[in-house]
Amino acid sequence: MGKNTEIKLLGTPPSPFVNRVQFVLNLKSIEYEYIDENLACKSELLLTSNPVYKKVPVLFHGNKPPIPESLIIIEYLDEIYPDIHPILPSDPLGRADNHFWANYIDNKFFALFEELRITPGKEGKEAIKKQIIEGSGLLEETFVKLSNGKTYFGGDNVGYLDVVLGCFLGWTKIFEKLNEFNIFDEVRTPKLLEWTNRIRSHESLKDVIPGSEALMNFYMMVMKHKPPRVA
Amino acid sequence: MFKKSVNKGMEKVKLFATWSSPFVKRIIWALKLKNIEHEIIYEDLANKSPELLKYNPIHKKVPVLVHNEIPICESLVILEYIDETWKDAPRPLLPKDPLDKANQRFWAKFSDDQVLPSFYGYIMKQGNEKEEAKETTLAHLKRVEQLLSEKKFLSGESVGFLDLVFGWLAENSRPLEVVTGLKLFDEDSFPNLCAWRDKFLEVPAIKESWPDQETLIAKYQEINLSKGK
Repeated sequence: MGKNTEIKLLGTPPSPFVNRVQFVLNLKSIEYEYIDENLACKSELLLTSNPVYKKVPVLFHGNKPPIPESLIIIEYLDEIYPDIHPILPSDPLGRADNHFWANYIDNKFFALFEELRITPGKEGKEAIKKQIIEGSGLLEETFVKLSNGKTYFGGDNVGYLDVVLGCFLGWTKIFEKLNEFNIFDEVRTPKLLEWTNRIRSHESLKDVIPGSEALMNFYMMVMKHKPPRVA
Repeated sequence: MFKKSVNKGMEKVKLFATWSSPFVKRIIWALKLKNIEHEIIYEDLANKSPELLKYNPIHKKVPVLVHNEIPICESLVILEYIDETWKDAPRPLLPKDPLDKANQRFWAKFSDDQVLPSFYGYIMKQGNEKEEAKETTLAHLKRVEQLLSEKKFLSGESVGFLDLVFGWLAENSRPLEVVTGLKLFDEDSFPNLCAWRDKFLEVPAIKESWPDQETLIAKYQEINLSKGK
């Protein structure tokens, strides 16, 4: 079966932001061409298509100007293919809720992981781990509220927050291992723990997130190029 | 948790605000552009009201829009909520076309994640850090200048979402110039930006919002004096 070359995605497998776009493209059964980017030696394509941030993912749709930023890309895809597996709800309040929590996940929750990576010393790391645990507690509450007894943040079907948070789960596992703690557990975040297993094995995601070995290699590369703070 | 009130026809809109927040002002402008009746509650951030803490427990920040007792937080989220909820109001804030929308959302994020912090750094920092912040801000502003080539407003023919998001720049640049003596951009190097600033400040909904340019100058002067400068 030939690949539809109208949609192209510039990305790198270990990026959870790229994974999000792949997840949505799969959910909407959109065929696309995947272009692998080498972040250690950025291509002309990346530098010209995302000159402001020089980051992946970048989406190309036909001859239109390229679109960077995972959340912006997801919303774009949802707007041009609204009838196939809608990602965001249609009511303004539901959308506002989803946007708010996506911002929290990216700017507060996941930002802590980078802090954890670069913070030296046990004491410093423990303080951040504590914040991550608190964050997971908040996300558990959010899941309970938004899922309303159903399977996903989006209800019966995978929705925006399932995509936004779900794609971080390869990395949460790596950080749990490296830092010897559980971010999601049966006592504090029972519903979310169940959800992590369900979402990772979802048809449209299970082949997207790379395995632990690949993620670990990427982590090592990042540690080398952007070393932790000196104690 | 908050339940939707069944109060049809009585759209109660409250905005938790401060006079100085660039994130708040853009909401006030949006409410005015859409002719939405609203009540503004000015907060003292050193002494936050129980209501604010109830409505925004996670970030405890302004702006918070409360619509029929339900809170919406984060200015960019609020802007889109307003646009989607009051669809029939005079003018949409965001374009219909998904690509144009994506483009405006991208530059909105650029305003808040890149330009605002570096501009703030330029005003507040000293010495080398001030110089660096100035260079960074100018580089960012060059991109905004580009966006305005062949366009009347950032959003196109009429004022819209992206203008409201960058409005902080139009609103604060001259008052800060007057008070601190710091002039970041001029008509020669940034003709489009300067023209846009003038046009933006003349839009009735913008012009009639408080605080106006004179008040901003007075308030910034007050702050400067209290710092013993």
